[in-house]
Amino acid sequence: MDYKKPLPGIDIWSRPFWAGTRAGELRMQCCGDCRTIFFPPGPVCPSCQSRNLTWETLSGRGEVLSWVIFHQLYFKGFADEQPYNVALVKLDEGPLMYTNVVGTDNDKLAIGMRLEAVFEPATDEITMPRFRAVQP
Amino acid sequence: MTTEHLRDQTCIVGVGTTAYGNFPETDANGLGADALSMALADAGLTLGDVDGIIVNRIPSYERFSEMIGLNNPTFGAQLQASGRMSGASVMMAAMALASGQAKCIALVYGNNGRSVREYYGGGDSLWAPWGFTSPGARHAMMTRRHMHLYGTRSDQLAHVAKTFRDHAALNPAAVMRKPFTIDDHQNSRFITEPLRLLDYCLINDGGVAFIMTTADRARDMKKKPVYISGMAREDTYENSSTYTSPDDFWFGALDRMAGRIYREAGIGREAVDGLMIYDNFTPTVVFSLEGMGFCKRGEGGPFVEEWHLALGSGLPTNTNGGHLSESYMQGWALIAEAVRQLRGECGERQIKDAEVIQYICATPISNSILFRN
Repeated sequence: MDYKKPLPGIDIWSRPFWAGTRAGELRMQCCGDCRTIFFPPGPVCPSCQSRNLTWETLSGRGEVLSWVIFHQLYFKGFADEQPYNVALVKLDEGPLMYTNVVGTDNDKLAIGMRLEAVFEPATDEITMPRFRAVQP
Repeated sequence: MTTEHLRDQTCIVGVGTTAYGNFPETDANGLGADALSMALADAGLTLGDVDGIIVNRIPSYERFSEMIGLNNPTFGAQLQASGRMSGASVMMAAMALASGQAKCIALVYGNNGRSVREYYGGGDSLWAPWGFTSPGARHAMMTRRHMHLYGTRSDQLAHVAKTFRDHAALNPAAVMRKPFTIDDHQNSRFITEPLRLLDYCLINDGGVAFIMTTADRARDMKKKPVYISGMAREDTYENSSTYTSPDDFWFGALDRMAGRIYREAGIGREAVDGLMIYDNFTPTVVFSLEGMGFCKRGEGGPFVEEWHLALGSGLPTNTNGGHLSESYMQGWALIAEAVRQLRGECGERQIKDAEVIQYICATPISNSILFRN
């Protein structure tokens, strides 16, 4: 067990998300009434308050809205990659999430860059979704 | 929301501020108690005159009241330990006083974040698995987006930091007083890029307290009251997991607040003599100026670059040095400075003939208060 980065805290609402990443899919909640797809997961559709929610498999694609480079080390598990990037990504289906962009040098990151999800096993239970530039 | 009926109904009649620094020999309770004693003396009152209490960042309203010997108040509250609650505390006190729930309220803040090595980052959170953490990083993410949309530059943010440091040089209470240049800012190390060390506020220990009462009661007090002429608050929880909606920069909330606070206070924006802006990070100042309408949307960078925020200019801002150079007292010391400016107590850093000072805090609970003398 040599994965040193922080692991997610899984609760009853997020468990299907992490089951999805373990299966190599980005799954998020979709409202059966207004069709809003949202993240992080919760008990109610934040757009129309419906409880009629299902889990959908997303395209795994999105684009960079912004990004930062962490020069200050807040987590020992990231020490080997310091300075490391975190991007704010808008998924094609609408939700926002923070993620790391892998396979691209930090100085080549750009707003509007197209990304696709990749799935990196961390432990037996957890697979981390990160993103890379869409491959031509 | 309208608070026009509260115009000039309540006031701050006492302020107290401890020294700011590293004080491991005391704690938030001790610092708060010291600030409260100073505020009472400033108002010419004693604890026996107080019948309401609001504490912020002090661990327990109950233990604090027991500790200082405050008995039988008719109003009390404890607000969460985040900076958005300083303005919220003053507004809550004004509403409680105006509705007759108390006659004289003590507002007490104590912070020992420096001596206990409070670290604003790390720990468990939704985004920790991706290494995303800290208020600074959230603002860095907003800043990159603002740069992309409007062409804002780091050296423009440097003007905010330098201006406030120049003000701190005139304030004996400020923790950092040595002036620096734009180049010094540009050469300071990145914390979370694009924000640098000199874009970040200063964590310190300290206490601040206010005494508030009604305008009627304030007439006979020791010092000239500072009136709460207008107040506005707008909360933004949409997309709060990623802090705020990507292109918002709190503009929506502040623009709605600007749409009513001046009218309700009966004071125009052009009558504001100085600003106290919640400067947890330099970009927050830019967002606040744009949202409140002191410059056009997207033009905050060029606006601060023209030195408008400097003492002697049209809109002197954070004359105490702000969170960036005096001390991060989560808005409390900025409000104390507003009161002292309106009393004419600021010595070398006094805004000449100051009659109206506006406090602005751009956060998930955005809030603003118009003070006048």
